[in-house]
Amino acid sequence: MTSTETRHDVLLTVNGVPHRLNLPARRLLSDCLRHDLKLTGTHVGCEHGVCGACTVLIDGKPTRSCLVLAVALDGQEITTVEGLTNPDGSLGCVQQALLECHGLQCGFCTPGFMTTIEAGLKQQPAPTDDEAREMVAGNLCRCTGYQNIVGAVHRAAELKRDSR
Amino acid sequence: MSTQLFGEKVPRVEDQRFLRGQGRYVDDVLVDTPSATLHAAVLRSPHAHARILDIDVSDVIDMDGVHLVWTHEDLAGAMAEPLPLLIPHPALTHGRTQYTLAKDTVNYVGEAVAFVVADDRYLAEDALGRISVSYEPLPAVVGIESARAAENLVHDDVPGNVAARMEQNVGDAPTAIDAAPHVLELDLSIERSAAMPLEGRGTVARWDHDTSRLQVWTSTQASTGVRAAVAAKLELDLGQVDVICPDTGGGFGVKINHPWPEDLLVTRAAQVTGQAVKFTEDRREHFISAAHERAQEHHIRVGFDDQGRVQGLDVEFWHDNGAYTPYGLIVPIITSTQLLGPYKPANYRVRFDSLYTNTVIVTPYRGAGRPQGCFAMERTIDAIAAHLGLDRTAVRAANLIQPDEFPYDQGLIFQDGRPLIYDSGDYPAMLEKIRKLIGWDEFEQFKAEAEAEGRRVGIGLGCYVEGTGVGPYEGAHVHVETSGKVKVATGLTTQGQGHQTAFAQVVADTLDVPMEDVEVVTGDTRRMSYSVGTFASRAAVMSGSAMHLAALRAKEKALRLAADALEADEADLKMVDGSVQVKGSPSNSIALGTLAVLSNPLRYAFDKASQAATQFSVGDQDKPPVDEDDEPGLEGRDFYSPNRSTFASGMHAAIVETDPETAEIKILRYAIVHDCGRMINPMIVEGQIHGGMAQGIGGALYERMAYDDSGQLLNASFMDFLMPYVTEIPGEIDVDHLETPSPLNPLGIKGAGEAGVIPVSAAIAAAVENAEGFSITSMPISPAELYDLRQRHAEHTSTTSARPPKQDGSGEESA
Amino acid sequence: MKPAPFNYVRADSIEQAVEALAGSSDGKVLAGGQSLIPLLSMRLAGPSLLVDINGIAGLDEVRADSDGVHLGALARHADVLANTAAREVQPLVAAALSHVGHATIRNRGTTVGSLVHADASAEMPLILLLLAGSLDVVGPRGRRTIPAESLYIGPLESSLEHDEVAVEAFFPALPPMTGIAFEEVARRQGDYALCGVGAVVEVDGGHVRSARAGFMSVHDVPVVAELTEHLAGMSLSTQEGRVVLEAAVEHAMGALDPAADVHASEAYRAHLARVLAKRVVAAAFSDATHRAATRPAVGSEA
Repeated sequence: MTSTETRHDVLLTVNGVPHRLNLPARRLLSDCLRHDLKLTGTHVGCEHGVCGACTVLIDGKPTRSCLVLAVALDGQEITTVEGLTNPDGSLGCVQQALLECHGLQCGFCTPGFMTTIEAGLKQQPAPTDDEAREMVAGNLCRCTGYQNIVGAVHRAAELKRDSR
Repeated sequence: MSTQLFGEKVPRVEDQRFLRGQGRYVDDVLVDTPSATLHAAVLRSPHAHARILDIDVSDVIDMDGVHLVWTHEDLAGAMAEPLPLLIPHPALTHGRTQYTLAKDTVNYVGEAVAFVVADDRYLAEDALGRISVSYEPLPAVVGIESARAAENLVHDDVPGNVAARMEQNVGDAPTAIDAAPHVLELDLSIERSAAMPLEGRGTVARWDHDTSRLQVWTSTQASTGVRAAVAAKLELDLGQVDVICPDTGGGFGVKINHPWPEDLLVTRAAQVTGQAVKFTEDRREHFISAAHERAQEHHIRVGFDDQGRVQGLDVEFWHDNGAYTPYGLIVPIITSTQLLGPYKPANYRVRFDSLYTNTVIVTPYRGAGRPQGCFAMERTIDAIAAHLGLDRTAVRAANLIQPDEFPYDQGLIFQDGRPLIYDSGDYPAMLEKIRKLIGWDEFEQFKAEAEAEGRRVGIGLGCYVEGTGVGPYEGAHVHVETSGKVKVATGLTTQGQGHQTAFAQVVADTLDVPMEDVEVVTGDTRRMSYSVGTFASRAAVMSGSAMHLAALRAKEKALRLAADALEADEADLKMVDGSVQVKGSPSNSIALGTLAVLSNPLRYAFDKASQAATQFSVGDQDKPPVDEDDEPGLEGRDFYSPNRSTFASGMHAAIVETDPETAEIKILRYAIVHDCGRMINPMIVEGQIHGGMAQGIGGALYERMAYDDSGQLLNASFMDFLMPYVTEIPGEIDVDHLETPSPLNPLGIKGAGEAGVIPVSAAIAAAVENAEGFSITSMPISPAELYDLRQRHAEHTSTTSARPPKQDGSGEESA
Repeated sequence: MKPAPFNYVRADSIEQAVEALAGSSDGKVLAGGQSLIPLLSMRLAGPSLLVDINGIAGLDEVRADSDGVHLGALARHADVLANTAAREVQPLVAAALSHVGHATIRNRGTTVGSLVHADASAEMPLILLLLAGSLDVVGPRGRRTIPAESLYIGPLESSLEHDEVAVEAFFPALPPMTGIAFEEVARRQGDYALCGVGAVVEVDGGHVRSARAGFMSVHDVPVVAELTEHLAGMSLSTQEGRVVLEAAVEHAMGALDPAADVHASEAYRAHLARVLAKRVVAAAFSDATHRAATRPAVGSEA
């Protein structure tokens, strides 16, 4: 219950901005981002860790935000889709690649794909086709049939190389 | 004139917000407002069939943070009546719909029983746990066999569990079959599945006491329908209800049904509490309380000649409609008519029973009855080919409607109540294309080589025709603002199809304005209150055409105004890049924005545009500033209402490999030829085809709703309902297009949304059959089922070793 | 799908975690949480207390030495998988880990957590059992080592006491002249397997000296079958060897009791167990032969 449930202090740095929060222990990170921090770009598709729509980066690593308690992340850095846009407001490489390749339709799963690809390209800056597919293998998309998402992984790698 | 946008791969404008995480989906609405939004949760039946003896909510009433708890007894007036039966049909003699909250009995696991509103969803779920309901379980009817047996009834007053029985005839199929040189009989079935968009259902409502208006956001495929339903149930005037469909995380059919119980409960709760109320369905709820589709069993009798030409086709099938029939008979009617595909059986009889079961309701899911029909027809054609020892493409060729036969009347009544008349197409050319694309003629050699290595490969084909763009109508409103920006609205909704881009392309072309000046709004009843909805691959055809017509109206007016302003003849004017220009005299032009100013005789100048406009003298000094037959404003509004549907078509081919040991099935190649008439944006069309195909692969190899005999859904999670990841979809898909324009609409377009999913089960079943050498009559097929089939055929072969099973044989000769 | 309320303790030390658990009869340890949180959200589990050990320093160690691979309770699957030394010392751990969920799950999920969750359709409990590893746990009665063979006592049930915290897992090193293999069949890549089999085969001069195979998803606990008495002295690359292997696998099948579910029948699971066991044991044999040829055992004369 709101009034009686014990709350815990937690410091989350989200997209570079520190937030001091006081939350019930059971608050899922996905709900914390969406409802407490109003960062609604992170979407919730299944709440049991299978679809990948809610994937964010925790200390740079793609993680299902529906499978983590917000209070367990004290002091950690979180990157959401909102943090992938360039500081000048232009689209980041992964975003631009998805646009160019028509890698999204309804856009609901897209944030999870983008955070995953963002981290994946750090590990594999020039993925083979198999690696590109493997990179997004844990994310469900019901609209695109994935062809163009895989294309976008390659395109994003290209854009990242060019921007270096 | 600027470059034509129609037919171009224009990047999508909506992506800008989606990619930045700035889309506004229904669960995002009112997140960032100072006043608190309350959250709803629904207690759902744990029983497939039970009598409700008692509901005790006393432990909830005083819970901190809980604002309201309702059961059926708390509802009054229209809210206490059953939900509407949206699409009545004379054959639906025993239509039934559920109550907003269950009254006396529950008929499926997941049926809404009680409703709670609390400070947040966590608390609302805590409250559900404290409601205690006592049930008297009743025997459950699960599956078509159990429904047909009718040893138990879903509804006491529906004999035989039969909601509807329908029959259509063209010629005399039974007689023609009896007279045919060859006759085959087949039993073919498709299991239950679901649309499963990544965003579930959701509704948010806010009641404004000061204006007595209700504002509703809902993830729907029919916002005008929701509006009318909410107004009727809450007993409000239509004018008091605004419904907005915000960005939507996919629909694929399931969001066409309305009103959901939650739509009504949330809106009513907003009225009662005076606070905004939100319901966001979770995934488990989506599995057990949204809608499913596909489960059908078909018995086919077909008579044909030595060339495989069908002389008579007699189809009887049984459709599992779940516990209620809010969406009428649309799915089985589509199966019964669209089963014919690109073929012309001389005589056709189709009969179906729509049956109640104690399972989630059935409403259209992308393809809507066509995947079943296509599967039934294509398996039949393959069986004919096997029986006659003919090439499967040759038998298809022998049965195709020819290009010079259009318009082709199949002699049936379609789902829209109109005659099933195909408008255009070129099926023989399509068949040639798909043969080339997949390498049909080279496959035998590949198969021989693979078999020499101990591998099993097979090839299959699936052909379909899809009636798209059904009526009754859609409208569009085009408003040129004084800034020159063009604001466009249509009433149907968007679930990811890129309407904001495709419709802007149409309007930008028609008005010759820059694409970036056109802004499209869909699914907002405040902007366009007359609309039907997004289903049946109709959005591009219906609203695309309406956009064009409405833009033409605006164009006519712009030219008329410009003729006055430029003192020129209308015939000498043309629209160029946001202006109207005197032909051959580019300096003699006037911007659309200025014309918008002139269209609205003002006393006051507000900005530069209106100041500039004052130098022109408009109209006749002896006539009123606004003509009697005119209106102020540079706008166009029009509706497109076709006589009947337009028919898209396509053919898919698959090459699969089956593991001789594990029975795993892998798609090696997949090819698609597709004809949706003229394409507004080929990039978007291809995306629709890719996505449809992936859903088709899900339906063919992975996805099914696994109910046990007591009506519990055993796989109600993404762990066990196996939607394909990228790893389950082939890496490359060859897509080719054919464009036979539709003569029925001004743009020559046909729908493209559902097509990709329709023939996949048919093509893959054929390919597996070809690889394995025994018939595949039920889909989806899992490795476990393929293994089981192998075992059965091995036993069969060993017991009847004198006569080896027929290669590629799907049926038994009965003549 | 939101968790019911629970008390929450962020432990700074093992002692503190143990103390907190001791104060509750149904407390649960939160490490990676990739199995636990969905159970909470679906309200299939409702512990009154969660003891979060993520803040305990030093628990994330992945250490490989000549004995084997030591994994701290907070070693994430991804870190174990990426550790080349660990892969070198005991390649079967990595071979199986790559099948655990998807990469994103492996980023957060811990290997020790998976061992404790004791799912018979999970890879790591089987591997611990197959390698005869062990789990160190700390409770109010101190620290103890549970050998894998006494760890898995029932479906989703381990022999940990409710007030004990698993702190370290140990996977013994791959002995010389020994090969491994692991294969599974899942409906989709990353799903729980319909059946998975791992094998460890030791060779001597091109013949089997010892062999064991482990099965997941075909019994309510992971099962390891000792195949040495059937295969000792055989070469599995010969026709005769394959016949003997078939008989050995058939014998192993006797210990399995596959269950049907929505994805597979008993018969199909049993069939997969047979097919995979033959493939995997043969693959482990050729891996051992290969390793013996390229890296002879210490002390051998070559």
